[in-house]
Amino acid sequence: MNRKNILRNVTLAGLALLSFAQGRADDVVVVKAKKIITVSGKPIENGAIVCKGGKIVSVGDVASLSIPPGAIVKEAIVVTPGLIDVRTCVGLSGIINVDHDSDQLESSSPLQPELRATDAYNATEELVEYIRSFGVTTIHTGHAPGELMSGQTIVAKTIGNSVEESLLVDGRAVCATLAEASKKSGKQSPGTRGKQMAMLRTLMLEAVEYRKKTSKATDNTKTTDSKEAVSKDTGDLPPRNLRLETLVEVLDGKKALLITADRAQDIASALRFAAEFGISIWLDSAAEAHTMIPQIQASKVTVLLHPSMARASGEKANLSFETASLLRKSGIPFAIQGGFEPYVPKARVVLFEAAVAAAHGLSREDAIESITLSPAKILGIADRVGSIEVGKDADLALYDGDPFEYTTHCVGVIVNGKVYNGESSK
Amino acid sequence: MFPIHRRTFVRDSARLAVVGGLIGKCSTSFARPYPLEETIAWTNAKIVTASTPIIDKGVLIVRGSSIIDVGAVGQVAIPSNAKVVDASDRWIMPGLVCTHSHVGGVGAADGSSPIQPGVRILDSINVREPGFKRALAGGLTTLNIMPGSGHLISGQTVYCKLRYAGHGPSTIEDILIRDSNGKAIGGLKMANGTNSQGDAPFPGTRGKSAFLVREQYIKAREYNAKVIAAKDNPDKMPPRDLHLETLVEAMQRKRIVHHHTHRHDDIVTVIRLAQEFGFHVVLHHVSEGWKVAKEIAASKFPCSIIVLDSPGGKLEAKDMAFKNGRLLDEAGVRVAFHTDDWITDSRLFARSAALAVRAGMNRDKALQGLTLAGAEMLGLEDRIGSLAPGKDADFVLLNGDPLSVYTRVLETWVEGKKAFDLSNPDDRLYAEGGAGAGSELDPFLCCYAQAWQVGGAK
Repeated sequence: MNRKNILRNVTLAGLALLSFAQGRADDVVVVKAKKIITVSGKPIENGAIVCKGGKIVSVGDVASLSIPPGAIVKEAIVVTPGLIDVRTCVGLSGIINVDHDSDQLESSSPLQPELRATDAYNATEELVEYIRSFGVTTIHTGHAPGELMSGQTIVAKTIGNSVEESLLVDGRAVCATLAEASKKSGKQSPGTRGKQMAMLRTLMLEAVEYRKKTSKATDNTKTTDSKEAVSKDTGDLPPRNLRLETLVEVLDGKKALLITADRAQDIASALRFAAEFGISIWLDSAAEAHTMIPQIQASKVTVLLHPSMARASGEKANLSFETASLLRKSGIPFAIQGGFEPYVPKARVVLFEAAVAAAHGLSREDAIESITLSPAKILGIADRVGSIEVGKDADLALYDGDPFEYTTHCVGVIVNGKVYNGESSK
Repeated sequence: MFPIHRRTFVRDSARLAVVGGLIGKCSTSFARPYPLEETIAWTNAKIVTASTPIIDKGVLIVRGSSIIDVGAVGQVAIPSNAKVVDASDRWIMPGLVCTHSHVGGVGAADGSSPIQPGVRILDSINVREPGFKRALAGGLTTLNIMPGSGHLISGQTVYCKLRYAGHGPSTIEDILIRDSNGKAIGGLKMANGTNSQGDAPFPGTRGKSAFLVREQYIKAREYNAKVIAAKDNPDKMPPRDLHLETLVEAMQRKRIVHHHTHRHDDIVTVIRLAQEFGFHVVLHHVSEGWKVAKEIAASKFPCSIIVLDSPGGKLEAKDMAFKNGRLLDEAGVRVAFHTDDWITDSRLFARSAALAVRAGMNRDKALQGLTLAGAEMLGLEDRIGSLAPGKDADFVLLNGDPLSVYTRVLETWVEGKKAFDLSNPDDRLYAEGGAGAGSELDPFLCCYAQAWQVGGAK
């Protein structure tokens, strides 16, 4: 295959597309590639992927697959599953970084787990399109670090004109932040680490009590969702409390608790908290995870690792490019995140972050997995996305070379079987 | 991963090993001549000289702190006394030059006024900040250390050489780049656009920003007229004014202005002011430079650009793009890159050039953007920035193409001394990060701690 011709073809196709997705959901899209990185199985050389109705309907050797007439055909050197950012704030946090496009952090109170990302996500935010142009098709986005409990998250596809069109999972996690980032000054709380944990524990104990009351009132039926309890004796029900309802879902394992903690002592506090309430947490950022491997292994928590290129300063002063590799070797489930940036670059691209990990000890295969199947499993959406398999969503990223090389281009992106532009260099 | 005690141990061993050499430095009674300057020849390497085409199989010869020759294998005579190092499978390139860095925990101008040219950044640099070691791990050898962009004029910048070989610097004086009179060389940091705006006395608009700057340069002109009229007669000289004399240096082109600017109209404003007052300016960041590439080219002022993974963060950086380097270069503008460390990590400086190449920039020009073009923008191109006879022996050994993500900097040499070695666990800590990587560098306890071991130096 001639690389230049492919590039030209893809570029011409890109020009014709302008910024609109090509085709309709019932179109057949075929992607041919020199190498298909399926992630779930072995890579396929000279392969093709047939997508129909938004799903992958066949994958295999290009010679063995029949390509339906009228199909839209795209070519690439390398195809990967659509990339997944396991922790970002894009869509709540916008490109201009002013009040009107910044909804990632509400600072009126340190504890607001009831804030829903659904009510704040802007599906048409430019940065969503920007990261998609490098191959990111699914994001776990929501409230930022910076308050003790800042709010919830969603899982969304990087397409659509409204959150409803983008949404995969509503209310996936509740975000908490330990240490400096959520400390207050003066007479406001929390002002210390000890107070942070006391406040979290107090609120969580309230949720435990609230769950007891609501479950009693609902006659111990299977559901603890108080919304379905209206037919019961509402006299016994405590008044609805959105804050505690959210945390009951955390206690019940319906929502994950994501705890941002970088220093070893804060990681230890997060693990202690998880053990006290018997909940599974996602350890977010975790710059000093490399000093806490045995403890993390023992607690069986998952790590949403900071971007490889996060700044080595403040509580991240001791971060290491090699942490991803170390987590992999230690068998700790992890994914590499784009994270939240308060200034520049306003959005990090997980492709670039995984690339740097791949240059520092993580194998290229594991690095791809850390931004595809691994986050899909963590987020509980691996039945839909994360690998190139028949039956999964037709979410693909097309590259003109090794996806991690600095000088490679993302030449096209497919989400739910529709073709979108890759990166622009015009 | 590499606990502190191990680093200390390694460093202690190094101390003992160099004790003999130290006597000459610390004591006059034991003074002895320095050993003859060693000559080293690196052979069979792929060499990016930055001033000539890439040499596929080349030789670099260094004597003492200078390069004495560079060229293709067989075309360069290797002195018989040279130590020959086989650098097959290695790339060698000039030490990287960062035209815009903030390492060293720096702070120059304070919040009292938007215009403070008399404030020197060299009075605020902590040479033990680990950022310097990270910069070496990225192959950087020269930095222009700058104050921030929160002022119209935030102070004097300083050009530094990362002389961290051996025990490293004790004070900022050890890493300054000096002119032939021994004076530290640096530029002047200016900024326009939204960063330097604020509540009074800071300007609230772009018009006011430019006005305040013009007002000061006009004052400096008048000040200089008095200095000239005094004809070296101390009785007639105006009282020294640190702010105004710095602006005079800029107008006399003894000090290069390094100007933060993003939006296309702000860029053009900088050019307008530079032409009015005659200062030489390097345009920094220049997010929208590609929109006024023709105008910049016509001004002949160079651009030191930043490359970030995504646009935005503020309105004036919304249209930043990887293509900036290509479009400026194609318009005839001289282009260098910078880290703006800690905005981007010095260890990944080469990545900035690589992303410009991703968007179509000429590879050779991009490599020059990490080296020679930056040296030119600091006015240091006679000393650094390319591998050529007579220049400082500042170079980087890599295990592959500098523009590949997988390539690692193996060694960084500054003025003929190895200042970074990836195979040394002490140095590797800064290249990879890990426990202790964020701590301040240990001081080298030279004379007072060890003098007794060598019989009392004083």
